Amino acid sequence: MPDIPSLQNTQGPYYGDFGGRYVPEALIAALEELEREYRSAIADPAFMEELERLQREYTGRPSPLTEVPRFAAHAGGVRMFLKREDLNHTGSHKINNVLGQALLVKRMGKSRVIAETGAGQHGVATATAAALLDLECVVYMGEEDTQRQALNVARMRLLGATVVPVTIGSRTLKDAINEALRDWVANVDDTHYLLGTVTGPHPFPEMVREFHKVIGDEAREQILERTGTLPDVVAACVGGGSNALGLFNAFLDDADVRLLGLEAGGDGVDTGRHSARFSGGAPGVLHGARSYLLQDEDGQTLPSHSVSAGLDYPSVSPIHSWLHDTGRAEYRPVTDAEAMDAFRLLCLTEGIIPAIESAHALAGALRVGRELAADGRDDAVVLVNLSGRGDKDVATAARWFDVVDAEDIKNAATTEGSSL
Amino acid sequence: MSAVAGPGGSPGAGTTGVRLRAMRDEGRAALIGYLPLGFPDVERSAEAALAMVEAGVDVVELGLPYTDPVMDGPTIQAAVDVSLNAGTRVRDVFGVVERVSAAGAPTLVMTYWNPVLRYGVGAFARDLAAAGGAGLITPDLIPDEGADWIAAADEHDLDKVFLVAPSSTTERLASTVAASRGFVYAASTMGVTGERATVGSRAEALVADTRAAGADLVCVGLGVSTPQQAADVARYADGVIVGSAFVRPLLGDAPWAERLEALQAVVRGIADGVHGAREVSA
Repeated sequence: MPDIPSLQNTQGPYYGDFGGRYVPEALIAALEELEREYRSAIADPAFMEELERLQREYTGRPSPLTEVPRFAAHAGGVRMFLKREDLNHTGSHKINNVLGQALLVKRMGKSRVIAETGAGQHGVATATAAALLDLECVVYMGEEDTQRQALNVARMRLLGATVVPVTIGSRTLKDAINEALRDWVANVDDTHYLLGTVTGPHPFPEMVREFHKVIGDEAREQILERTGTLPDVVAACVGGGSNALGLFNAFLDDADVRLLGLEAGGDGVDTGRHSARFSGGAPGVLHGARSYLLQDEDGQTLPSHSVSAGLDYPSVSPIHSWLHDTGRAEYRPVTDAEAMDAFRLLCLTEGIIPAIESAHALAGALRVGRELAADGRDDAVVLVNLSGRGDKDVATAARWFDVVDAEDIKNAATTEGSSL
Repeated sequence: MSAVAGPGGSPGAGTTGVRLRAMRDEGRAALIGYLPLGFPDVERSAEAALAMVEAGVDVVELGLPYTDPVMDGPTIQAAVDVSLNAGTRVRDVFGVVERVSAAGAPTLVMTYWNPVLRYGVGAFARDLAAAGGAGLITPDLIPDEGADWIAAADEHDLDKVFLVAPSSTTERLASTVAASRGFVYAASTMGVTGERATVGSRAEALVADTRAAGADLVCVGLGVSTPQQAADVARYADGVIVGSAFVRPLLGDAPWAERLEALQAVVRGIADGVHGAREVSA
């Protein structure tokens, strides 16, 4: 056994053929400082104690594990458990990473943080930690996303952050990251780029996974306690991939546990309107790392599409690319329609409104549950990361399911917008 | 291949190094002018580059348009957007390189890394060399990640222009200088491309540190936009790199001939500043 290298906690800068530091030289000194500081911080009991205290007293960890039998009845009758990251303070898993990095910023003596956000969950979490720890906070957000997620823009501003709508390029998450990188190059002396997912140049993928691995550590213990056994399948949605890696990490060395990542299939992979990097992309370099990427034959980044702003990103973590190519994890696309069906089903059967991002994981879990049941494995156990709650998505879902009068929701959206 | 050593001892001087050294021997710094390929379309971008050479640019830096140019400020982003929307393809660069090189200016291609990766690093080097191109400037490729490119450039006798920044450590200056050929690109400031009121105060010290790390030829870019700034930089650097200030006169709706004239007027002003800098200060 000791001869088999552990896949858990793999260190960068490279993960197989993926990862690296494809950034301007101007940022290398900051990345090297960050790597040193982060490695020394996680080895420092005082730092980890403070982080664990915040996770417990501020975030509300450990997050519960909820069995969802009425939902699972639609998945061939397998047992299904949700890891409830939606119950964290700020409503998603994003706070785990943000608290870790924000403490690190204090330790490095920097006073300003910048962040990118798509759905707004990472921006809200960053604004929250910045308020808590007295840091100046600027959040870059694509203009299209500020419109899709107007309430989260309001949240960030209420928390004292400056939200900068990005009006160049496709005006979505990737362009917000470009602007954040430009800001960082210019202000690196006093500014930390609080990147929100397991992408980007080394050491970000490794560091962000480190701060999220608590999800899997808790879930593995909780499910063993509840079922006496490891789950057959562990499922999570994959945008950049942080909630999935946070959950997968604890199970990487459990060879019998299937790891299933669900990407945004948008209108369907064959339509070209999707964010399914593993089904419709190829390895390339974007935002500092080599990874799977939606790109054209000239290497230009292709626009991604998803009903979910948080999964609407043309690249993915290099660590997921490595797990994909080695076959340790499996990645499937879930269309907008499948995700929204799962969204509604969880609302109706369990009284839980999931984030649309997490609904992709739920849809994948429904499908894999039915496949297992069809193979006579209706005793299987499926663990799903419910990475965020759906409050922010109520307007989108209301339109999708046509549950309110069209004029009312238009008026509500206008009021929402004008109050900003 | 020439027997003259490059900045870091790489074999071959390449046309860029030969030109920069010849100018240094005459007591002059060189003016390196950037324009994006395909702005406002491929044909007119070739005309603009040739007009720039005619007006006094010594070395041309032709930018490959890319969807995610993180080192570029608003002016160049706007031009690159126009180029991409006009349907510019990566392969279009070789024809323009051929025409500009034929006009006598060493021509480097400035490119973010993914388009080259997608084209194939070896194939790109082969086709660039065949077109008479001098080499590549790679703003998001550090030598640490550039083994494939370094091998391909050496095989095809191309310049490898890597960047150094005010934040570069002594160790990184040394390794970047050692990997470079043609010249070392010193970023004058911590930031992106664009016109600025002042050129970064750390630029002169960075040039000195880069020379101390073994560089023979060091050129300064980012934020240089006026004849006076250019002249100041030309007193201590082997070349002055100007981008946004040359792109700006080409933006807008004026007739193309007028925009070319405006470009040439800006180039002449800055070229006078660069080429006369050391006479003025002597």
